[in-house]
Amino acid sequence: GDFFLMLIRFLRFVFVGIGLPIEASAPAYQSHGTEGSHLTNITNTKKAFPVLAVNYEHVRKPFEIALWILLALLMKLGFHLIPRLSAVVPESCLLIVVGLLVGGLIKVIGEEPPVLDSQLFFLCLLPPIILDAGYFLPIRPFTENVGTILVFAVIGTLWNAFFMGGLLYALCQIESVGLSGVDLLACLLFGSIVSAVDPVAVLAVFEEIHINELVHILVFGESLLNDAVTVVLYNLFEEFSKVGTVTVLDVFLGVVCFFVVSLGGVLVGAIYGFLAAFTSRFTSHTRVIEPLFVFLYSYMAYLSSEMFHLSGIMALIACGVVMRPYVEANISHKSYTTIKYFLKMWSSVSETLIFIFLGVSTVAGPHAWNWTFVITTVILCLVSRVLGVIGLTFIINKFRIVKLTKKDQFIVAYGGLRGAIAFSLGYLLSNSHQMRNLFLTAIITVIFFTVFVQGMTIRPLVELLAVKKKKESKPSINEEIHTEFLDHLLTGVEGVCGHYGHYHWKEKLNRFNKTYVKRWLIAGENFKEPELIAFYRKMELKQAIMMVESGQLPSVLPSTISMQNIQPRAIPRVSKKREEEIRRILRANLQNNKQKMRSRSYSRHTLFDADEEDDVSEVRLRKTKMEMERRVSVMERRVSVMERRVSVMEREGRWRGRVSVMEREGKCDGEGG
Amino acid sequence: MGSRASTLLREEEIEEIKKETGFSHSQITRLYSRFTSLDKGENGTLSREDFQRIPELAINPLGDRIINAFFPEGEDQVNFRGFMRTLAHFRPIEDNEKNKDPIASEPLNSRSNKLLFAFRLYDLDRDDKISRDELLQVLRMMVGVNISDEQLGSIADRTIQEADQNGDNSISFNEFIKVGNVYILYIDIDIDI
Repeated sequence: GDFFLMLIRFLRFVFVGIGLPIEASAPAYQSHGTEGSHLTNITNTKKAFPVLAVNYEHVRKPFEIALWILLALLMKLGFHLIPRLSAVVPESCLLIVVGLLVGGLIKVIGEEPPVLDSQLFFLCLLPPIILDAGYFLPIRPFTENVGTILVFAVIGTLWNAFFMGGLLYALCQIESVGLSGVDLLACLLFGSIVSAVDPVAVLAVFEEIHINELVHILVFGESLLNDAVTVVLYNLFEEFSKVGTVTVLDVFLGVVCFFVVSLGGVLVGAIYGFLAAFTSRFTSHTRVIEPLFVFLYSYMAYLSSEMFHLSGIMALIACGVVMRPYVEANISHKSYTTIKYFLKMWSSVSETLIFIFLGVSTVAGPHAWNWTFVITTVILCLVSRVLGVIGLTFIINKFRIVKLTKKDQFIVAYGGLRGAIAFSLGYLLSNSHQMRNLFLTAIITVIFFTVFVQGMTIRPLVELLAVKKKKESKPSINEEIHTEFLDHLLTGVEGVCGHYGHYHWKEKLNRFNKTYVKRWLIAGENFKEPELIAFYRKMELKQAIMMVESGQLPSVLPSTISMQNIQPRAIPRVSKKREEEIRRILRANLQNNKQKMRSRSYSRHTLFDADEEDDVSEVRLRKTKMEMERRVSVMERRVSVMERRVSVMEREGRWRGRVSVMEREGKCDGEGG
Repeated sequence: MGSRASTLLREEEIEEIKKETGFSHSQITRLYSRFTSLDKGENGTLSREDFQRIPELAINPLGDRIINAFFPEGEDQVNFRGFMRTLAHFRPIEDNEKNKDPIASEPLNSRSNKLLFAFRLYDLDRDDKISRDELLQVLRMMVGVNISDEQLGSIADRTIQEADQNGDNSISFNEFIKVGNVYILYIDIDIDI
């Protein structure tokens, strides 16, 4: 009884006025403080010096923010401690459920639960996730499939929007639904909000299923690039629904707007990317602030393009992609690690908060439920997605070398999840929209359906259909060499055929990059370094650092060149059987979610653990080998020292006395070695 | 253009090439016109100099190796059949070919033939192994002249160490295919315009 009351009061104290945009009443106890001082002023009696005073107002805002984030992270921690749960249910679902519970709790107390404020979402929560995705975007698969991705993103989203909008309008015309007040433009607006595949949701779910790279990059790339379409459609229909009529000119301007928005966003991002790369050229004396440049330039790119109503997401992606090769050539290894860790950390926190807030916002309402409308929306979402994917794949496969199989198509269609962006766009709708509440309810239902039903079932379906999973392979110098070799080979053969294809233009771009761009953006003499050498150097550096940390190598090395000769040239063979045993143990230790290239990884949970663990195993193997070599060389050295002493003593004729000394030494060595 | 009449492609030849390589009629005619435009001597065969005149091959680090791949052992001239036979390795694998007559010999552009072609570009002495020296040569071609020998040597050592499984300090064909992501080893180019 008492405890419960105290708990309620504590929660009231904590949650009151939570949510940045929402004002709250001052808690009861606060007036006590002001009263006290008020009294002091009037009566002028000496009051005892307050040893302990409470002033919540002073810290309220940061305190609440920190508390929310802390609670979100504790929840995340909790899930991973329950192994069976996290294997079955994707994290996003669990977080939404937590959000629902928290929202329910707040409502029970009698406070107003905070709603996911659109400004907070778009300016604070979304950028880290997108930057993380863009910076670590696997360039090769992305550029090889960019045509397909664009077709899905642009045409697919347009198809979804119009199909859904049109059919919903037709639905609203039916008398029995009771929504005859909804006009076509409102329906199209709704269609455009709900049609876009959401990068946050896709990332969250696809993270855990480790699908093959092709499907992953298709769905993920689509979710990133459809932002431009969504922005244009949304603004278009919002403007039009205010005016009420659409002319051909408006449609034409809309198309022009699309190109401006997308290409403008990319341009803005690229400019900031080059600025960041150029800045990083001069940071060799101020290594500590290097990561900040990366973050700030990217954020500025996002804000600048949002300022002009261009696509912020595309700007962010363009910025990350453009600056990465040059920045990584310039910054120190520690800065690289810092950037990686901070991006993963921020995006992880953002994602967690987004899902929890989604849950809380659902409880907050306002809701207007209409069975037919909502159910039809959900069904239409699925249907339009499936039809769109099948139809587009049919056309795309005519132009692709590697065709998309039926299984790939299924996963692409099924993986088209909706998420918080749709919700925030719906929330942005001005209150004058009479259908706003209905739309919001429908949007939330679609999001719940896609995240819960599709998110939970996609993993067993992937297993069931035996869809190709991600191939696990270590970052390997072999791969790098063969890739470059093949690039040259295919460019050459294209030249022989007189065909100016994919490889020809890639080669031209590389050459341009090498001769002009790198010169300006990479510090010192490094710009001449071939990519293969840079890759190898980084690999050896990482290994050297790991070996130093595990105590294998002396930490002071004479020069960087000797670091590259760490590889033992002649490895004394550990017995074959033992080596087989070690290799078997190492292979058994390989986890499933290993990334292809460490520098291209974009996993949320496993950043260093997987790499470190099997690299540690690899290091252990090398350790054993190196230990053996070291012992052998130590013994050899000792033997040669003793031999030299013997010959010297023989010459000086005092060998009799010395031999006894050496015998003693030899004994010690024998015992010690 | 008069002397070209003798080198025009006959229908039977086109059919034969089609059967051997799997290229379509239009692809074969297109590549034939390319062949004749390269053939400055107008004698129906290409020599090494004809290839070296192609600008893309001149600046390609692997230019010489690619040119060599077109010429069979010890010969200095390649006719159109040989030209097509080499190019057939780069034709994309089509789905319908998988259902072809199993008795027929493996098509030139099968997965393993493509990989074998790439492997042979490394393995010049045809001993079915990529030795450290052969690897060093390729690395040197790709990387240029600025890198020291010992650095290149350690890269070669590391490469062999990663790939080598039977301990013979060289990369055999089986080890070659295992290394690296299969997705990367798509040795296809799209010959249609």
